[in-house]
Amino acid sequence: MARDLRTFVATSILIFLAAVPLYAWLADDVYVLTYFGRILAFALAAIGLNLVLGFGGMASLGHAMYIGLGAYTVGILSSLGLLSGWLHLSVALVTTFIIAIPVGWVALRTRGMAFIMITLAFAQLFFYVFVSLRQFGGDEGLSLTQLSDFGVLTGNKYAVYTSLLVALLITLWLVARLVDSRFGLVLRATRFNARRVNAVGTSSQPYRLAAYVLSAEICAVAGYFMANLNGFVSPAMMSWLVSAELMVMVLLGGMGTIFGPIAGAAGLLLIEDGLKLMTEHWPLVLGPLVLLMVLGLRQGLWGMLLPEREKARQSGGQH
Amino acid sequence: MTFNLVLGQALNGLQFGLLLFLMAAGLTLVFGIMSFVNLAHGSLYMFGAYFAATIASHSGSFVLAVILAALLMFVLGVLLDAGGLQLLHRRSHLDQVLATFGVVLFANELVRVVWGNAPVYMDAPEALAGAVNLFGVNYPSYRFAIIVIGLLVALGLYLLIERTRIGMLIRAGATNRRMVSALGVNIGWLNRFVFALGAALAGLAGAMVGPILSIEPGMGEPVLILTLVVIVIGGIGSIRGAFFGALVVGVVDTLGRIFIPIWLRESLDPAMATAVGPALASMLVYLMMAVILAFKPDGLFPVKARG
Repeated sequence: MARDLRTFVATSILIFLAAVPLYAWLADDVYVLTYFGRILAFALAAIGLNLVLGFGGMASLGHAMYIGLGAYTVGILSSLGLLSGWLHLSVALVTTFIIAIPVGWVALRTRGMAFIMITLAFAQLFFYVFVSLRQFGGDEGLSLTQLSDFGVLTGNKYAVYTSLLVALLITLWLVARLVDSRFGLVLRATRFNARRVNAVGTSSQPYRLAAYVLSAEICAVAGYFMANLNGFVSPAMMSWLVSAELMVMVLLGGMGTIFGPIAGAAGLLLIEDGLKLMTEHWPLVLGPLVLLMVLGLRQGLWGMLLPEREKARQSGGQH
Repeated sequence: MTFNLVLGQALNGLQFGLLLFLMAAGLTLVFGIMSFVNLAHGSLYMFGAYFAATIASHSGSFVLAVILAALLMFVLGVLLDAGGLQLLHRRSHLDQVLATFGVVLFANELVRVVWGNAPVYMDAPEALAGAVNLFGVNYPSYRFAIIVIGLLVALGLYLLIERTRIGMLIRAGATNRRMVSALGVNIGWLNRFVFALGAALAGLAGAMVGPILSIEPGMGEPVLILTLVVIVIGGIGSIRGAFFGALVVGVVDTLGRIFIPIWLRESLDPAMATAVGPALASMLVYLMMAVILAFKPDGLFPVKARG
């Protein structure tokens, strides 16, 4: 019953997201593509964060840094005159890989509170690097005169939106497969008790690092799309507030659920925009709302649709 | 000339480090005893600065403003703890981080509503407007006063924690809070006192930076993040670690910002140096943290027992 309900809601949301370009084309309203594209990009990043936070129990407060790396790859390469879209994407992935490995290696040596703070500190490090790169806009950011080049599709909002949706679906499928694999089993086990995982003869650290790097790559792809969607990159995309918002999205959607991050990202961004329409001082409302969400919504929006038995199983994993 | 520059900047680093210590002491004590991480600690600092600026502009007395701001923050700390933060003590660190993130959003906007978006300025008292001569270097009296007050507070905290009964309870509570509670100590009151003390120290730090920095919404976050670096380097929960961590971070950050661009200009071509210098200087503290943690994941002064 509840499983049907979840399938129904997930399908409805995906059909809605797939229908957006159709509406934009019929109503000749390109803005909706930018608007829902932003939600898709954040949903993608939240799926990435959920992999480490929800399934691996690693509370990273620095994932906005990978969004920034992906976005700035597009910004810097295109301002240097290197326009090929495939080049942008592969440089973003390689750069993120090279950076995420040492960062993850150092951060994963610590647990709990220290891990939260270290990931935050690393994200600040890169934030300040991009703030001080004055030749690429400094703290004001960089407007892209040219987007990633994909021939006739370059800068076409329909193409960007559709490819973003496809990337989201592929990632969703990938994460769902991954979580059920042996890799995912070990990862989920480390969330409960890493020492026992080590004790049964599986070294948990490589698994945690691999999950960390993979989630960083997903965020970098999200950043790549954000840059192409907005035609603008700035250090604000990688501020610690964005990292915290990503965490709130994962929590709001339901930690450690496959579809939760999409619900959480859409939920938080829609609430934010709704509040912005109502009052100029919207953080006065959003702040307490976040507080209430944390205190009240232990299972998240998606978790509320879980059957009772699974709810109990899920909350057993909260540490 | 160079010696004067180095000494002057080293003093600036010391002054910055002691301000960070005021922040880190409260945060690390609260974490040590309550296992509670408070991202809104930077907001307490911000409120301290705004309170001090407002009181100073109404009363005209700087000393009164600083003392009252710290006292007000102590009271606010008691009220906050009584009012609801207790709900968070037993939640996971992740919940605490996100809940206090909500508080940060609220606090920054509240400040915008009450004091406006524009920065507020605060003057140093006239008695401290000049400079003092230290080893042949003219150093601003006000900054020197911050160093003195910072050192006095550090000494006071040391005496409080090592030599008084309440300090003994705080140390015991950080080691094993359940046991302390079982021995008949009201751990709730102890928590409240420690939290309020941390708030007062953050408020004091905020009030004292008023004349050096512009007071504006969101001023707490950069300091908060450096404070987190300090306590991670020092070892979470360790007040001694917070002290040395704060001094190291303060001095390295200040000297790095001045000398890295100078060195680079001498060794690289100027265009390259202006491009890389500031980026490298702002990364320095975080790189240092990464190196320290790569070798000592628990920080320089790890806290051993925890109940």
